[in-house]
Amino acid sequence: MADLTNNFIGIKSPNPFWLASAPPTDKAYNVNRAFEAGWGGVVWKTLGEDPHIVNVNGPRYGAVHSHDRRLIGLNNIELITDRPLQINLDEIKQVKRDWPDRALVVSLMVPCEEAIWKNMMRQVEDTGADGVELNFGCPHGMSERGMGSAVGQVPEYIEMVTRWCKENSSMPVIVKLTPNITDIRYPARAANAGGADAVSLINTVSSIVSVDLDKMAPEPTIDGKGSHGGYCGPAVKPIALNMVAEIARDAETAKLPISGIGGITNWRDAAEFLALGAGNVQVCTAAMTYGFKIIDELTSGLANWMDEKGHANLDSIIGKATPNITDWQYLNLNYVAKARIDQDSCIKCGRCHIVCEDTSHQAITEKVDGKRHFEVIDEECVGCNLCVSVCPVENCITMEQMADGVDPRTNSPINKNYGNWTQHPNNPASSA
Amino acid sequence: MTGKPQNAGAAALATDLHAPLTAHEAAVEADRCYFCHDAPCVTACPTDIDIPLFIRQIQTGNPAGSAATIFAQNILGGMCARVCPTETLCEQVCVRNEAEEQPVRIGQLQRYATDYQMATGEQPFQRAASTGKKVCVVGSGPAGLACAHRLALYGHSVTIIDRAAKGGGLNEYGIAAYKTVDNFASRELNYILSIGGIELQTGVALGTDKTLAQLKDEYDAVFIGIGLASVNEARLPGSELAGVRDAVEFIAQLRQTKDYSSLQPGRRVVVIGGGMTAVDAAVQARMLGAEDVTIAYRRGVERMNASQYEQELAQTRGVSIKCNLQPVAIAGDGAVNSIELEYTNDSGDGLAGTGETVVLPADTVFMAIGQAFDDGPLQGTALNLSQGRIEVDDERRSSDPAIWAGGDCIAGGEDLTVAAVQDGKLAAESIHRSLTA
Repeated sequence: MADLTNNFIGIKSPNPFWLASAPPTDKAYNVNRAFEAGWGGVVWKTLGEDPHIVNVNGPRYGAVHSHDRRLIGLNNIELITDRPLQINLDEIKQVKRDWPDRALVVSLMVPCEEAIWKNMMRQVEDTGADGVELNFGCPHGMSERGMGSAVGQVPEYIEMVTRWCKENSSMPVIVKLTPNITDIRYPARAANAGGADAVSLINTVSSIVSVDLDKMAPEPTIDGKGSHGGYCGPAVKPIALNMVAEIARDAETAKLPISGIGGITNWRDAAEFLALGAGNVQVCTAAMTYGFKIIDELTSGLANWMDEKGHANLDSIIGKATPNITDWQYLNLNYVAKARIDQDSCIKCGRCHIVCEDTSHQAITEKVDGKRHFEVIDEECVGCNLCVSVCPVENCITMEQMADGVDPRTNSPINKNYGNWTQHPNNPASSA
Repeated sequence: MTGKPQNAGAAALATDLHAPLTAHEAAVEADRCYFCHDAPCVTACPTDIDIPLFIRQIQTGNPAGSAATIFAQNILGGMCARVCPTETLCEQVCVRNEAEEQPVRIGQLQRYATDYQMATGEQPFQRAASTGKKVCVVGSGPAGLACAHRLALYGHSVTIIDRAAKGGGLNEYGIAAYKTVDNFASRELNYILSIGGIELQTGVALGTDKTLAQLKDEYDAVFIGIGLASVNEARLPGSELAGVRDAVEFIAQLRQTKDYSSLQPGRRVVVIGGGMTAVDAAVQARMLGAEDVTIAYRRGVERMNASQYEQELAQTRGVSIKCNLQPVAIAGDGAVNSIELEYTNDSGDGLAGTGETVVLPADTVFMAIGQAFDDGPLQGTALNLSQGRIEVDDERRSSDPAIWAGGDCIAGGEDLTVAAVQDGKLAAESIHRSLTA
C-alpha cells in the first residue's frame, strides 16, 4: 500500500489532504469532525484583529451548476472569521492538543503594520499551531480595507509582510496568493524573496456568478444589491493548475514548496496538482458540496492509483509532470495526430460531426453509403481534439499519433525528427 | 370527493398510468438529452417534432418555447405525449439506448411542456387574417382537429362536423381511461378550438345529415377524417349470447360513464384479439375488478399489434396473454359461461388449427378483432379506394381534387394518433396551397 504520509515544509500529516482556510475550518466543532473523518490537516479560517468583523446576514454564496445541478462553481462574499480572536486561539490550542498527528496551520489577515503582525504571530505561536498562512488572497470585502488580495496584488507588500512574519516568529510561513493578477510569478517571487517557506494557491477568483433577472441584481443578492465574490470549485481548477505550474517551472521559485488549491474534488485532481509540483493540496468546495466523508475517496483513490503505477510515496509523484510543461514555441510541429472513432462504442449522436462541420475542419462524415455513420476524414483532420472534447462517450474518440507514412491532409511525409517554431521556415526569427 | 366512495377500479381508471414529471424530474430528464445532430428521434417522429430543441428549451427553463416547438408540428402534442407508442418511435432510436439502454423519456418531457402551456390557456400562435375561404372537416378525431387547426391558423374558416355527441373522435371515445385522465381529450379539444375560426357541429353525420356532394357545394374544400366506423365481426356459435361484447364499445362506454358499476364484466373475462384495443379492454376489465382476464390471440406473440410495452403493461396489471389460440365457439345458457379455443400453427403458408382445443370459463367475452372502414357515408361521390380505404396522394388529396382525407380512413393509415395528426397537417398545407394558388 502506498505511503500517503506528507511532510510539507516540516509540517507532518497522515495524508496530503488539508482543508483550506474557509467556512469548514471556522471553529473547533467543524475541525474535530474533519479530523474524525480522516483529513490530514486544516488551515484554520482566517483570523483578524478584534473587534471581529461582521458578515452580511443574507446569502453569502452564489453557484454555477452543470447538468443535473452538479455544483461546478461556487462564489462567496463571506469575510474572515466573525468570532472574537481569543475564542479562536483557545480552540486552536485545544484542537492541536487533541490531534497532535494532524497538521494545523492558522490563516491570518491583519492590516499592513509590523507591530500588528508581530503581535498576531506571537499569539498564534502560543497555541502550538504548526504554522501560519498569510491570506493575501481574498478578493472581496477585506480587499476594500487594504487587506487580502489588495496585498497580494502588490509584490512589494507581499515581500514586506512575509519578512515581518519570518523575522518575528520561528513558525513556518506559507503565503497564500491571489489569482487576480496578470502574472502569478511576480507575487510568488516576492514571497520567496521575503523568506516564505511556501506559497499556497489559488485563492478565489473575483467573480459575479449570476444575475437575478427579476431583481436585476447580481447574486448572491443582499437587499437588492450584490458585490463581487470569490469564485472557487471545479470550474477554477484549470486556472489553479496553470498558476501552480508557472511557479513550479520558474527558475526563481522552482524550489519554493507549493500547497495546491483550486477545485480539487477527487483523487485525480489531487494527483494532477502533485504532479505539477504541489507538495500537498488543500480542499474546500468539494467538502462544502458533499461533506467531509469525501476524504475516504480522496485517500483510497490516490493510494490505489499510486499502487497501480508503482509509486511508493508522495515524493515519487510530486513534480513529475513539471518538466513536461514548456512554451508553445518548443512544441514538436512534426508530431501528427488524427482522431479515431471507435465504431463499437459510438452511440451515433452526431455531435462530433456537427461541431467539426459547423465550427472546425469538416473532417467527420455524416453518412457513409447513405447510412448514419461518423468517421474521420484524414485528408481534413488537423487533429484538433474538438470531437474528443464533445463526445459524450469516454474513449470513443481518441487522438492517435500518425508515426510514419504520409499525412493525407498535407501530402507531406511524416518527419520523425523534432522540429519546433523556433526552427520553422515560416518564422521570421527562425534559427534554422 | 363527494358522494358515495368510488371503488378501487374506478380509482385506477381515473389515475394516470404514469404520473406527470415534476419540474425537478423534468430538469433531470432533460439534462440527459445529448442534443444530437440530425437526431434519430426527430426522424422517427411521424410529425417531425424538433425533439432535441424542445428538450433543450425545457432544460433552459423555457417551457413556453418548448411547447411552441412541439405545437408547431403537432397541435395534439399533449395527447400524443400520453398515447404515442414512444418505445417504437422516438424513444426506440434515442442514442441513449446505445449508451445505456435507457432512452430519454421524450414522451413524458413532451407532456411536461404541453401541460405547462395548456395550463396557461394560451396558444403560442396568432391566427392570420381571414381569407374568406371555407373548409369542411368531417370528423373531429386527431386527423380532423390537426387539419382544422392548421387551416384556421392560415385564416380559413373551418366547419367540423362529427356524428358523435361530443367532439374528439377516438381521443374521446377510443382510448383507455387511464391514458387520458381528467377529461384531457375534451380539454385538448377546447384548447385547439381556441385558435378561433373553427365551428364544431356535433351530431351531424356524413351520408345521412350531409352528403359529400352537398359539402363540396357549400365549401371550398373538404377533409375527411372519419376513421374506421365498422367493427369486424366473428361469426361464432354463441356470439349472440349475453356477455359477448364489442371491446371498442366497452372502451367508449367506460370513457363516457360516471358509474362504472353498470359496466362490470364479471369475474372471468376473455378478450379475443391482439391489438391495442384488446389490451385497453383487458387492463380496464382488471381495473373494474375481474379476477381472471385472458387475452387470446390467434397468432404468435411476434405478430401482435399491441406493442411490447402494451403487452408488458397488460401482464403487470395481471392480464394473461395466450397466443396461438383462435375462438371456436362460445357456450352458455342465455349468458356466456365459457369459450372454446383451438390451438393454431402459424406456418409460412397461413394459419391452421391443430384440432386441439381448450375451454376457458368466461362471464364476458370481449371481441377486439379489428375495425374496418365503412364507405357508406361516401355514397354518391366516387372516391377511389385502395385496400378498402380512401386512396390519397402524398399530400393526402383524394382522387377528387376538392377532397382530402387522413387518419385511419385512408389507405396506409397506421392506426396511430400521431400519424393521423401528420395526415391532417399535411392535408391542411395542401388545402392551403390549393386555396391560395
